Amino acid sequence: MITHHLSDTLLMAYSAGTLPEAFNLAVATHIALCDECRARLASFDAVGGAVLDRALEGAAGSSARMESGALAATLARIKTGAPVARSPQRPVQNALLPAPLCEYVGPDVDKIRWRALGGGVRQMLIPTSEHATARLLYIPAGAAVPDHGHRGLELTLVLQGAFSDEEARFGRGDVEIADEATQHQPVAEPGEDCICLAVTDAPLKFRALLPRLAQPFFRI
Amino acid sequence: MFDVARPDQISRQAALAADKVLAQGEDTRRDKRQSAVNAGQSAEWVILLRKVADYQDTDAFTALFEHFAPRVKAFLMKSGAEHAMAEECAQDVMVTVWKKAAQFDPSRASVATWIFTIARNRRIDMLRRDRRPEPEDLNWGPEEEPDQFDVLGLQQESDQLAAAIASLPEKQRVMIERAYFGDLSHSEIAEQTGLPLGTIKSRIRLALERLRHSLS
Repeated sequence: MITHHLSDTLLMAYSAGTLPEAFNLAVATHIALCDECRARLASFDAVGGAVLDRALEGAAGSSARMESGALAATLARIKTGAPVARSPQRPVQNALLPAPLCEYVGPDVDKIRWRALGGGVRQMLIPTSEHATARLLYIPAGAAVPDHGHRGLELTLVLQGAFSDEEARFGRGDVEIADEATQHQPVAEPGEDCICLAVTDAPLKFRALLPRLAQPFFRI
Repeated sequence: MFDVARPDQISRQAALAADKVLAQGEDTRRDKRQSAVNAGQSAEWVILLRKVADYQDTDAFTALFEHFAPRVKAFLMKSGAEHAMAEECAQDVMVTVWKKAAQFDPSRASVATWIFTIARNRRIDMLRRDRRPEPEDLNWGPEEEPDQFDVLGLQQESDQLAAAIASLPEKQRVMIERAYFGDLSHSEIAEQTGLPLGTIKSRIRLALERLRHSLS
């Protein structure tokens, strides 16, 4: 049962298509696991549809007439190509890594090339645009999530296991939204190792600072 | 293997549902009740797009083109595209509308919403914006016919949402529009409070019920 969802702001920006790639990945991965946010996204897309339908309003819009001959040119193009049939239904995914994430890291979590961060914690940086950073984190059961400080907006989406802080528990599919004001010490629950997708829009200080700062932040 | 029978089958089911929508609208007109509300603009676009999907109907496509192509062009220009590029991309979007008409599901989106998603994706390519991975699509299977009341309800809600946005105070409406034109940062979106949240929330509840119904 997912209890921590995406914010309206994030869903609206994802619908508008204005988020950095790393955040798009986190939003898409959460929606792959969360019917409620899928339905909310459909509603934000509907807002986009209403905005599109109003786009001729105002001075800037009313100048956007199509060129004469645009319809004829478009009809000429569509005559040359057959309509695209409906794509076959894909199976509903219950795999550990949802489809949007598989496109980036492959389908098999056992084949991920982790990089040790100390204390059993491992990470894999996911290549995305430079506007934000995405990584997978592997936190052994019972260990603390490494604290790298929240310099900007950060999303942490749980894929396996769970972590808790003073305020709440985050299990599979839950997304924690943290910003500069967030002060907490999340710890992976005992029992199952925790795998998370974490994205942040601030420069990633985590790796460089880790050798010096690692010790106080790990409960092993 | 690609199943070629399924798309036609689904498209016919969508057509059947759309026909029922139209029939219901006509019944309503005969009843002299509020036809404008019960079979609104959104339902009319559904009929036209279905004709494109099933019969490659160029008259229906022309009507869709004349309404949506300039709106897509204006949307792209307001998003920062220059005139010539917006013109070319608006034509691209309308070609995609033709080619993918059979994939449109009137129980999940209005035609305007569906074209918005095509235009948004084209804009991301055109302006070389950040890549935007998407969750896998949960298509309804071949045995699941879109329920006529789902289709009617969704299209009516779309008209109501459009009316709700149109009736917002101008300042709030402009903020929403700027967010979709890519003209607001994430933090600026967070600060703006102009969303007609009541309208959206009731819509979300209904969308969620439909989604769960279709997956059950």
